[in-house]
Amino acid sequence: MTSPPSMSGQPGSDPVTCDVVVVGGGPAGVAGALAAARRGLRVVLLDSGARLGGQYFRHPAVAARPVTAGFDRFVRQARALGRQARVLLRHQVWAVSRDGDLVVHCLAPGGGAVTVRCRALLIATGAYDRPLPFPGWDLPGVLTAGGAQALLKGDGVVAGQRVVVAGTGPFLLPVGAGLAGAGARVLGVFEANGGLGLARHPLPALARAGEAAGYALALARRRVPYRTRRAVVAAHGERELEAVTVARLDRDWNVLATRRIACDTLAVGYGFVPQIDLGVQLGCDTRADVDGSPVLAVDGAQRTSVEGVWAAGEPTGVGGWRLAELEGHLAGLTIAAAQVTREAGAARDGAQVAGQVPEALISRRGRLRVFGQALLEAYPVRPGWQGWLRDDTLVCRCEEVPLGRIREALRLGATDARSVKSLARPGMGWCQGRVCGYAVARLAGEPPGPPRRPVVQPVSLGTLAERPQPLSWKDLP
Amino acid sequence: MSDAFQITVDGRPVPVTRGQTIGAALHAAGVRSWRTTRLGGRPRGLFCGIGVCFDCLVSVNGRPPERACLLDAQPGDEVTTS
Repeated sequence: MTSPPSMSGQPGSDPVTCDVVVVGGGPAGVAGALAAARRGLRVVLLDSGARLGGQYFRHPAVAARPVTAGFDRFVRQARALGRQARVLLRHQVWAVSRDGDLVVHCLAPGGGAVTVRCRALLIATGAYDRPLPFPGWDLPGVLTAGGAQALLKGDGVVAGQRVVVAGTGPFLLPVGAGLAGAGARVLGVFEANGGLGLARHPLPALARAGEAAGYALALARRRVPYRTRRAVVAAHGERELEAVTVARLDRDWNVLATRRIACDTLAVGYGFVPQIDLGVQLGCDTRADVDGSPVLAVDGAQRTSVEGVWAAGEPTGVGGWRLAELEGHLAGLTIAAAQVTREAGAARDGAQVAGQVPEALISRRGRLRVFGQALLEAYPVRPGWQGWLRDDTLVCRCEEVPLGRIREALRLGATDARSVKSLARPGMGWCQGRVCGYAVARLAGEPPGPPRRPVVQPVSLGTLAERPQPLSWKDLP
Repeated sequence: MSDAFQITVDGRPVPVTRGQTIGAALHAAGVRSWRTTRLGGRPRGLFCGIGVCFDCLVSVNGRPPERACLLDAQPGDEVTTS
């Protein structure tokens, strides 16, 4: 193996510093990794899943290919990437540190510790469902909308027989249509907001209306009711879900009237939480997105405020797979350009780097971002959900903290989410506040803050104590 | 490896299609909860389905708890619920 000039370390088993580590194998990560690899950079992509795809392009190991828009192109990109970069699946990144190089710490399958050293890091860690608590939401049979979709796309498992879909946002449509198409009896898709409130953004709305209309048609064909200003405000059952209470809501999501629907499964989601832990660990600047979610601030070249750290896709603001793929691609291009600039000894200049990517891609990113923001504005979380909760409703599922204890903490003088957490302990369990963080922040009267998780995945003390296996030359393609 | 095989849950056979997670296989077999919470004894199974919530923790082949939604089922896996 000959040593390209951008690599340090010696051939063999010495630790190697690769050019780029990409964390996340969804549309953003794969596009970014491929763009960088095609320009000659040595790229390692890490993903916790068994297959590339992330959430949107999740697909089964065998049998039928999913009918996800853009999937064929993604598969071509993923295959090409497999030839030009090192793809490490089932690797869970738990921290990134810095000692000159960036050092990415992960758990390999079986729990062994592996470190990968790199000059540039691309954070493409996607997002996860934003749940809201309500009485009974921890009953088995209540799934996040993304969880139901993951079962269907990744495992070929239909989440239930009599299913209710609820929450807010356009994602509810493909979830309902997918379940109905796979044979579930979908008893209703309940959207807590009004219809597509995109009147102020007519052009992007028109451009994407076809997709939503397609799902709406699929629902109508299977006689699945789609109702706006409705929400599931309670789930009922002894050991498993047996019924839900669906409420008619006012604009602010206060309950106007209720009825009960017998069902075995509920798929519920109120938008998405961008996964920005690694960026926060590294000290990257964050900003509040349109919906108040903390996201990583990036410049036109997808660079964060921290030298050598790029971000693409949902961690920079939820905008869907098309925007994610484009941002990933731009990040890959600008990472490659920055590397060339550095090797030529030239001064780094953001505008110059951004100027090295095609103008058409930059304006397309602008249009997609406008559309993403318009959707966030059209499907906000309204405050009335807090009135759905009772004192005994769990807010934190891990530590089993009910609303009453959070209210007690607020009465005792807790003034923000942090002090509520110290007094009542929501968010102190296994999930580290990923599930209840939004609700706890809002109950404490503030928007959700950037997450502080020094260890992103649970790591055993044994793993911490063992000497990690550094990725070496022989591990690279 | 065949595309269809079995695992067991507390000794009971559960069918699996290759590539399915243990969580998906259990859910598909109608096993919707496989642990209880330590304070309230509340049943827990799949919730987020993508490795975020840790509700679906399960012990496989005697190993410490892992997220069933992230774990590809392997032929002969023995799942024990608490």
